[in-house]
Amino acid sequence: MAKKQYSFYPGCSSQSGASSSNYLTSTQSMVNLLDVALNEIPDWNCCGASIGYAGGGELPRVALSARNLALSEQHNPGQEVVATCAACWLATREAKERLDHSATLLAETNEALKEAGLVFKNEAPPARHMVEVLIEDIGYETLKSGVKKPLEGIKFAGYVGCQTNRPFGIDGESFENPMYLDRMVESMGGEAITNYDQKVTCCGGALAFSEPEKSQKQIHDIIESAYDHGADMIVTPCPLCQANVEIYQGEVNKRYGKKFNIPVTYYSQLITVAYGGSSKDAALDGQIIRATRLEEIANK
Amino acid sequence: MSIEKYTRSFLKEVEERVEEGHWVKMCMQCGVCAGSCPLGAHWEHTPQKIFMMIRAGKREEVLSSDSMWMCTSCYQCIVRCPRKLPITHIMHGLAYLAKREGLVPKNQPTAQFGQLFWDNLVKTGRVNELKLSLGMYFKDGFSQGIKNAMAMQSVGLGMMKAKRLNPMEIMGGHGIKDKSGFHAMLKKARELEDSRRKLA
Repeated sequence: MAKKQYSFYPGCSSQSGASSSNYLTSTQSMVNLLDVALNEIPDWNCCGASIGYAGGGELPRVALSARNLALSEQHNPGQEVVATCAACWLATREAKERLDHSATLLAETNEALKEAGLVFKNEAPPARHMVEVLIEDIGYETLKSGVKKPLEGIKFAGYVGCQTNRPFGIDGESFENPMYLDRMVESMGGEAITNYDQKVTCCGGALAFSEPEKSQKQIHDIIESAYDHGADMIVTPCPLCQANVEIYQGEVNKRYGKKFNIPVTYYSQLITVAYGGSSKDAALDGQIIRATRLEEIANK
Repeated sequence: MSIEKYTRSFLKEVEERVEEGHWVKMCMQCGVCAGSCPLGAHWEHTPQKIFMMIRAGKREEVLSSDSMWMCTSCYQCIVRCPRKLPITHIMHGLAYLAKREGLVPKNQPTAQFGQLFWDNLVKTGRVNELKLSLGMYFKDGFSQGIKNAMAMQSVGLGMMKAKRLNPMEIMGGHGIKDKSGFHAMLKKARELEDSRRKLA
């Protein structure tokens, strides 16, 4: 049995054939290499993300997260809930925070959950992001000690984005200039561009879809700064950041007359490759803009 | 509850009917939120203006503003607010109240997308990205939908090639098992909230 056991909330975009399925594949490879077990919450549902406010209101949104937490309490008792998606983590943590602070909301949530035959006891600690498992439960030094193929010579712009950073963020990190992603890159033997100045800029989130012209300005700035700082690729902990910054590069090029073509990867892909996993393990075949420098190391 | 009862005290209405609305009176009008917003250049009214307008009783102008719909949920305003107002959440709450009161600006794209997203996730318990994309492209009719889909063709093909968009999702795709319990839960949650916030 793996050393560390967690109750895992993968989220909609991670499912097969969905926009961050490569994140899940590489996460699974990564945790196998790190001897961590992720026990999926049975029958988990969507967290409502951020944009869910428009149709859902507050209580139905809180109920979404409470259902997942109740299922986790029931099926994975005593295990901390871990999410890989920034929005899943944020919504789950935010719901619990509100339920902790309002007896009315908690009572109403349980009244709603009763309709699905569930009860939320509020026993578990707040949900955690996978990044917290890596840097707090495992630690940079231990992470570094398992590296088989250092990511030598690759320059990474660590794009942290919004929701793994605000409003909760990672303990001990600042909102304006979090360093954990850079430290993870360095632990894997890569070169972190520590003065990358767009690391916490918003990619537009859901508005990349509804307000493309406004959001693509954000995406443009995030990519241009990565180029200006000499990055070979961007790395991020957030599936929506990854998707927005990777898939709209063609659109941004058309709008701004640029020739951007920079790979956008996940930290889980970096760790998988550095730990000796194959391109397939790291789901590098899921890149729309191929991360050839990583593929070369994986294929060595 | 009649709307007239509230017109002289829109602040009180916001405190009772908007999530985290009780924070509005704490705003000290410094404007850090406005300066921090990634879509700040596009707001009709900045957050601190919205908060002052609420205190001034400008109900119609606040709820029909497009400002709340510019929120990307980046949480920059929350972490920078010196008074610790949960501005992002208040904006979400105001947007939702505007929707329930029928005051959203016509064809507001984020309001439309937000509703499509919610309806999409409620249906099966999980988001179907293909149907969500198509729903957004075709929201203004079939011919505009074809144009939108064609314009985004290379993005879609790139996603399919990388196996991150599955055309078969049109057949139904992913979903949870206990859909009936899930739907009953959401129905109950909405009823309870509507009754507490007098939204029905």
